[in-house]
Amino acid sequence: MTGAKALWATLANHGISTVFGYPGGAIMPVYDALTFYPEVRHVLARHEQGAIHAAEGWAKATGEIGVCIATSGPGATNLVTGLADAMLDSVPLLAITGNVARHLMGTDAFQEADITGITLPITKHNYVVRDVEELPRVIAEAIRIARSGRPGPVLVDIPKDVQLAAYAGEVAYPHARPEHPAPKPEAIAKARELLLAAKKPVIMAGGGSLDASAEITALARAWDIPVITTLMGLGAFPSSDPLWLGMPGMHGSVAANRAISEADVLLGIGLRFDDRVTGRVNGFAPNAAIIHVELDAAEIGKIVRVGVPVRGDAVVAAKMLTESAQKLDLPEWRAQIAEWKSRTVTPTEWGAGFAVKSVVDRLRPDDILSSDVGQHQMLAAQLARFEKPRRWINSGGLGTMGFGFPAAIGAGMAEPGVTSIVIAGDGGFQMTLQELATLKMYDIRNVKICIINNSYLGMVRQWQELFHEKRYSEVWLGDSNPDFVKLAEAYDVPGYRASNAEELPGMIDAWLADPKSALLEIVVPHEHGVFPMVPAGAALYEMIETEPPRKQPAPDLSAEMAEAAEGAKNA
Amino acid sequence: MSDYTMTEQPKDHLVSALVRDEPRVLTRITALFGRRGYNIRSLSVGATEHPGLSRMTFVVTGDRGVVEQAMRQLEKLHDVVRIIDHSLEKFVDRELVLVKVAISPDSRVEVRQIAEDFRSRIVDVGRHALTFEVTGDEGKITAFIEQMRPFGILETMRTGRIALTRGSNADIPSHVYHDGETETLRPAVESVEPREERARDVPNLF
Repeated sequence: MTGAKALWATLANHGISTVFGYPGGAIMPVYDALTFYPEVRHVLARHEQGAIHAAEGWAKATGEIGVCIATSGPGATNLVTGLADAMLDSVPLLAITGNVARHLMGTDAFQEADITGITLPITKHNYVVRDVEELPRVIAEAIRIARSGRPGPVLVDIPKDVQLAAYAGEVAYPHARPEHPAPKPEAIAKARELLLAAKKPVIMAGGGSLDASAEITALARAWDIPVITTLMGLGAFPSSDPLWLGMPGMHGSVAANRAISEADVLLGIGLRFDDRVTGRVNGFAPNAAIIHVELDAAEIGKIVRVGVPVRGDAVVAAKMLTESAQKLDLPEWRAQIAEWKSRTVTPTEWGAGFAVKSVVDRLRPDDILSSDVGQHQMLAAQLARFEKPRRWINSGGLGTMGFGFPAAIGAGMAEPGVTSIVIAGDGGFQMTLQELATLKMYDIRNVKICIINNSYLGMVRQWQELFHEKRYSEVWLGDSNPDFVKLAEAYDVPGYRASNAEELPGMIDAWLADPKSALLEIVVPHEHGVFPMVPAGAALYEMIETEPPRKQPAPDLSAEMAEAAEGAKNA
Repeated sequence: MSDYTMTEQPKDHLVSALVRDEPRVLTRITALFGRRGYNIRSLSVGATEHPGLSRMTFVVTGDRGVVEQAMRQLEKLHDVVRIIDHSLEKFVDRELVLVKVAISPDSRVEVRQIAEDFRSRIVDVGRHALTFEVTGDEGKITAFIEQMRPFGILETMRTGRIALTRGSNADIPSHVYHDGETETLRPAVESVEPREERARDVPNLF
């Protein structure tokens, strides 16, 4: 057995059924050995970035580890964006890279890059396997590290001669998953005490709470506390529940942001208080005692001041808090929240919001919705309704344009029985559109691509409009965009297009009914913005609730922004 | 302890880390410090009594919140087996410095006398310079250098601070762990096998 075969055998022993990758010189022994392991399916992407985002989509949809493979040098560096993305969104991921033979390492050999050095800050851990005897053990350990605790990406770099070396030892099997620490009863007691005295409590659930969805739902209902789900936490609490307030932060709902600003107790579960969620930190939840349930101790107190740190598993913590629950009777708080919720604006005018709403309204509970990054992402997050966790896949922390489409392929391959819809912008789609070939190659039939085409890098344009006096610098794509329908057809993917509200429903029907994966381009007006919006550097309570009237000049926020920046510096 | 945002004058904090003795561990740790913007004032690394484990002692400047955050970030690294915050325990610390002092026929005796007062050793004798070795805590070393400065210091090299938790005063309860056995007096590490098995709760959350 060679090292390369030991690698595949180890992956197979770990139940890894699908890997995404792209071959090259320094990983050829692994691709050669692949032919002996038909139990593992390899999906050939058209770019390593496509491969790793597909692996992320797989992982985000299933909660299981995603695996991707690349060669040395340029292949490995093409994984960097996906690794950083997985790091910020806590995605369990194993990246395997080939490297030049050991005797060439450090000589600037052909296609050599110090990928472990490069990825040091953006992986949970990484390895160079210098001895074939260590290979299966390292792979098993890498998988364990990627999945344990707060998940994250792990990279294993294997020199070519190690892949070829003879291996006679055992092939590794999975480690038992380490149990998460249970929260301390004292911490739970303190949290309970705070909740009991609360007049304006609110729960905020993040990406780390997705696997505790049932427990958090029970908790919120037992105490009768409203729930906010962050961009990463959408689906952790059913949107149909009257207690749901939407998403917080920069493009959060009025109800969520006002509730945070007014709350006296904020129970945060599985989240890291990203700046897009908090707005200006010293204006975040200014009146609230914060209870923070979090597995990763380093996140507790990193950004916001925490009154009661509850370190431990969200499932266990939620159960413990539910056991001691006492329904809170807070009619005034409920009335206030109902008033805020009534301020939700449904887009009725033709535009990006209308288009996104028309698409996401068609989602069935099992359908997976992915998005790329930009205005359409925020609109989808605002307008889509999720009853279950792991049905919403997007790049939260890193904001990676080009993420959505390959991630939807990965999610669609993980769950061939469900429809995997991706909403992308005309800008982001063009960053990874070559993966249309992957759809064709594997005859994937359940991926539905929706492009919201406003001919702009819309979110950048919105910021230029609001904060740079409409100097639209380098954001116009209109003259150079391809004919997306023809483009799709070039890859044998059926294309549909709608340009107004009248033809849209029919086109959505045809697009979704198409037996193949299909692309729908929705051409929308150029200059629509996403609102509500909290300007960067402002506090959540300083949100702009509705789009300022078009005829008016953009509000001059420069003084306020400078002050906010000064405040942030001093904070 | 949970009020991490309190404003407090930045201070030096002495922290030790037991780490796996593997390539790139030092890079990993210093890169983490660099990226998160924590300032390391001094760093010393050496082997331990356990094969496969090294010990690093560093001085981080910042308020309590910054130091706790730095330690927690460090604790997440797979290569880090244990973090010891010496400010929570009674400890001994030392630094070693080599100081090359210019001498003249007039000053030679006086320089030697001062060195003797500091219990410093002469490690090199030249016609125009003497090189001294001084160990001690930071204050002693600084005092020695200040005493020698008027004669003309040609070169100095200081190691970083190194520290160990005291074993002798175990009967004096640590102020952090109340009257319990102190964490760092237990055998440091049994082996260098999977870290999660030994994963501890983060101390001092309450």
